[in-house]
Amino acid sequence: MKARFWASLACLSGLALVLVSCGKKEETAENAPAGQPAATPIDMSTVGSVSGAVKLEGPAPKPKKINMGADQFCASVHPGGGATEEVVTDASGDLANVIVYVKDGLGNRTFDAPKTPVELDQKGCMYSPHIVTLMAGQTFDVKNADQTTHNIHPVPKNNREWNKSQAPGAPDISDTFAREEVAIPVQCQVHPWMKSYIAVFKHPYFAVTGANGSFDIKNLPPGTYTLEAWHEKFGVSDQTVTIGAKEAKTVTFSFKPATGGD
Amino acid sequence: MQPSYHQAVHRFALFLVACTLLLLIAGALVTSNEAALSVPDWPLSYGTLLPPMVGGIVFEDSHRKIAGAVLLLTLILAIWLWRAEQRRWMRWLGLAAFAAVLGQAILGGLTVLLNLHYGMPVAHACLAQIFFGILVSIALFTSNWWNADHARLDDSGSPSVHSLAFLNAGVIFLQVVLGAGFRHKDIPIWPHLVGAGAVLATVTWTGAALRRRFEHSREMRLAGILLHSFFGMQFLLGIGALWSRMSTANAPQPLPVTIAFTVAHTVVGALLFACSIAVVLVCRRLAPRIREVAARTPEQAALS
Repeated sequence: MKARFWASLACLSGLALVLVSCGKKEETAENAPAGQPAATPIDMSTVGSVSGAVKLEGPAPKPKKINMGADQFCASVHPGGGATEEVVTDASGDLANVIVYVKDGLGNRTFDAPKTPVELDQKGCMYSPHIVTLMAGQTFDVKNADQTTHNIHPVPKNNREWNKSQAPGAPDISDTFAREEVAIPVQCQVHPWMKSYIAVFKHPYFAVTGANGSFDIKNLPPGTYTLEAWHEKFGVSDQTVTIGAKEAKTVTFSFKPATGGD
Repeated sequence: MQPSYHQAVHRFALFLVACTLLLLIAGALVTSNEAALSVPDWPLSYGTLLPPMVGGIVFEDSHRKIAGAVLLLTLILAIWLWRAEQRRWMRWLGLAAFAAVLGQAILGGLTVLLNLHYGMPVAHACLAQIFFGILVSIALFTSNWWNADHARLDDSGSPSVHSLAFLNAGVIFLQVVLGAGFRHKDIPIWPHLVGAGAVLATVTWTGAALRRRFEHSREMRLAGILLHSFFGMQFLLGIGALWSRMSTANAPQPLPVTIAFTVAHTVVGALLFACSIAVVLVCRRLAPRIREVAARTPEQAALS
């Protein structure tokens, strides 16, 4: 009986080890970099641009108050509590943090990812910037400027998901996203109010609206494009625009706040 | 079997049931605070046994530490039963409890390492209920009440109280699975609401059968009252949890009202399931099926 007891224990422990090691193998097997075809040359003498603004029609919802009492450091940085950044507008209704990008019209052109990394910082227990845009294969660095520990957890649908911790003063976390995806939510489960979005593109024709709601997409080859504006709360809005050689077009997007919302 | 053994192991089992209830509360706090992935590594937390206790880490690491203590206590119980218990099936039940808590620890680890995918959180939540049910059963089997002589009660109703109690426990467990599925965003709310209706039906039916068929049995009446009470509490807490979830859906972080309702709903759900298991066992103890009584040898009867 004793032998059977210890044999059962050994089997269960073995099973535990196998299961855990299987989980780790799956995590590392997906890290292989994706192959990248050579970039299509663009005639820079003919390129145009599209710029414009994104407006919010109607009253903007008030930012929600964040209670940072769960972490003394965060609470000390925001003594009165923080506020959410999901809807940021100015007095004229210009909407910030909107991703505007070429959704369609580039054909089979391919583009090299820039060598410079894109940064996402954790400052005062908030993500900075709130919206990160980059190209597939471009390096993405996560920094921790806070004197507290964070975990960084992007939750993509088309890319590899990861979850890493970053203590105060720890080296940057560098990673890449292999596939286009608009947009990947990023969360910190240590501080559940920390939310950000990463948009990954296979081309360089994208922009994020600033505090005045404006955007500017440069160096577009002549052609007809579908532009899409994406906002984390208000969804998407599409427009078609035709750019001639050396032409600069202006486009305005507008979103309406959902009725009955907060 | 020594009476002193029974008393000691029974008290130890009750202590373990209480610790496991604490573990269930800690687990529910992890989910309700959206803190499950606040510690990305496992079995250590941030590569150490003493991670920085801030934000969500407080909930996740506390859950892990209480789980470690429950694992150790369950191992002690399993060894104790294996060495001292005369009922062979009880020895295996102790081992089953340890296997369940070990499996639960592995599922918890995989939940973290696989980023809450592949149904791991739901499996983790359901195995927790099974483990709790096993421990409550062990506490009941080692009690003086279970091992004392009782007058046999006759069940003349149809379907038998055994079938009703078994059906009730099965439906409640299914509801636990649906609740975990909704909680972990794998399924919509409506299957859980339909499940609540099914549990209402089986609990009412079983409780009524216990009360009507065994009106002179204090234990059966108590079982029915407990079943109805836990269900009543659970139903109200479910409404509260749903209301709080809907009214705080746009909040930037989990709010205390939602956390309180959700944790209470999860824990009382576990108590309701454990109660339904106890009802199955009490029915089996007091109103054994005729064929079971007839087939039992005198030796088996003494060890049952």
